[in-house]
Amino acid sequence: MTAATLFGLCGAALVGLGLFGTIVHPQPLRKILAFNVLGSGVFLLFGVIARRGAAAAMGGDPVPQAMVITGIVVAFSATALAIALLLRLSSISGSATLSTDTSARPDGSGGGR
Amino acid sequence: MRVLLDLVTIIAVAAGALFIMAGTVGLLRFPDSLSRLHALTKADNLGLGLIVLGLLPQSQSLSAMLKLVAIWLLAQLAGATVTQLVARAIRRDGQPV
Amino acid sequence: MIAAHVFDAALAVLVLGVAIWTVTAGPAFAAVIGFVAYGLLLALVWVRIAAVDVALTEAAVGSGVTGALLISAAARLRPTEQRAAAEQPGPALRFAAAALAVLVAAGLAALVLFPAEPAPTLAPAAAAHLQALDVGNPVTAVLLAYRSLDTLLEKVVLLLALMGVWSLAPDRFWGGAPKLWPGGQRGGELTLLARLLPPIGIVIGVYILWVGAVAPGGAFQSGAILAAMWLLVMIAGLQKAPEIGQWRLRLILVAGPAVFLAVGLAGFALPNGFLSYPEEYAKPLIIAVEVVLTLSIAAILGLLVAGPPESERQR
Repeated sequence: MTAATLFGLCGAALVGLGLFGTIVHPQPLRKILAFNVLGSGVFLLFGVIARRGAAAAMGGDPVPQAMVITGIVVAFSATALAIALLLRLSSISGSATLSTDTSARPDGSGGGR
Repeated sequence: MRVLLDLVTIIAVAAGALFIMAGTVGLLRFPDSLSRLHALTKADNLGLGLIVLGLLPQSQSLSAMLKLVAIWLLAQLAGATVTQLVARAIRRDGQPV
Repeated sequence: MIAAHVFDAALAVLVLGVAIWTVTAGPAFAAVIGFVAYGLLLALVWVRIAAVDVALTEAAVGSGVTGALLISAAARLRPTEQRAAAEQPGPALRFAAAALAVLVAAGLAALVLFPAEPAPTLAPAAAAHLQALDVGNPVTAVLLAYRSLDTLLEKVVLLLALMGVWSLAPDRFWGGAPKLWPGGQRGGELTLLARLLPPIGIVIGVYILWVGAVAPGGAFQSGAILAAMWLLVMIAGLQKAPEIGQWRLRLILVAGPAVFLAVGLAGFALPNGFLSYPEEYAKPLIIAVEVVLTLSIAAILGLLVAGPPESERQR
């Protein structure tokens, strides 16, 4: 088993792990974390494909590697937006949950804290 | 000459790994956060220094050697600062999360 | 060769272990620290599969800047954690989620274990024009020459994300300055670090940008390092966060994509159309675009971590 195959299996496991974490955790912050783990597993699979495409005196195919670099930066910007939304939600409603709590105060009160 | 350099590398890197493992044992076994910090900083800095020392004979050029030493110095700088900050937070708040 | 295999196996086990810890740890803060460590170990994995540029990006952006953002978010959200953690899903949902996760992972593992033969690759196509471009690093050539449209669009996505983050501020704060999590006291260790490290960090950042043309490196990694130095200076209190209404700041943010777009539109004068480079000027154009791009990326990444403005604009 080459290094590429080993890390490819690792990436597949990371995707499964991240998917489980995204679905199961009630807190949005933990969902965002698990989603990042899922994303990095997908990038690892890209990297394994790049490694398998090693040719022409290069260690790996540069096109998937460039796509992963783009993907990492875009994933960070998505995480930043998600975290900003989460912080705004928690500052307005006082709690960071996604549940629609029937005992909560009426929403739509625009001026939060 | 090559054999001598390789021997230096093996001994220094092994010693460095031993120190880092000692630091990790301290992290796991010491009772409270301040003593754990102490074990980590002392042992890990020394361990990293020994590993860098062991890698110096294997590097291909002077600039590679200087980069390795720079890495060690920067790791010490960052580690020392962060340790002080964490220790201050522990003193102020009791226990960090 | 045995040592390499043992190292790879140990690294894979470590990465999976830290990922499991990140997903299943109790307190959110511990999970975030686990995520930062996971990112750094993943960078080692990237080096092992011969993708050093990606390793630099993962360590700088994926684990470094993302880690800073997540740590500050976890700290701010600590008071709300108790109530949020109380709504654990029932065993039925857990079982279904686990089954789905195992199914997806097994499908991807099958893809890995029985891949397409021969391995599809674009490496020879990429290598064919490196000489003409006078760029030694094939990943940089892909990012800024072959697939420059992707990089341009990615820059615009970064800008859009920043505008999204800014738009979450209440109306009265629009144009104001974000408030960075105050760290340490004046004259303390953080101030020492913020005085010593940024000059070194800026040199390293510029070096990584410059060397990215021939060796692993490039605009994104360099931008992340410069953003980290800027954030360090702001967190230590040595410089205030900029007001987002300033035209100078907005000019820096927009300059990267604007220059890239201008170079692209100028390509219409050439036979190949949008984003094509003239033969003799390819390398200087790529370097010029990269430099402005790095400045914009550094500013955008720093502001994304700083968050929406939280104080009024001083008129």
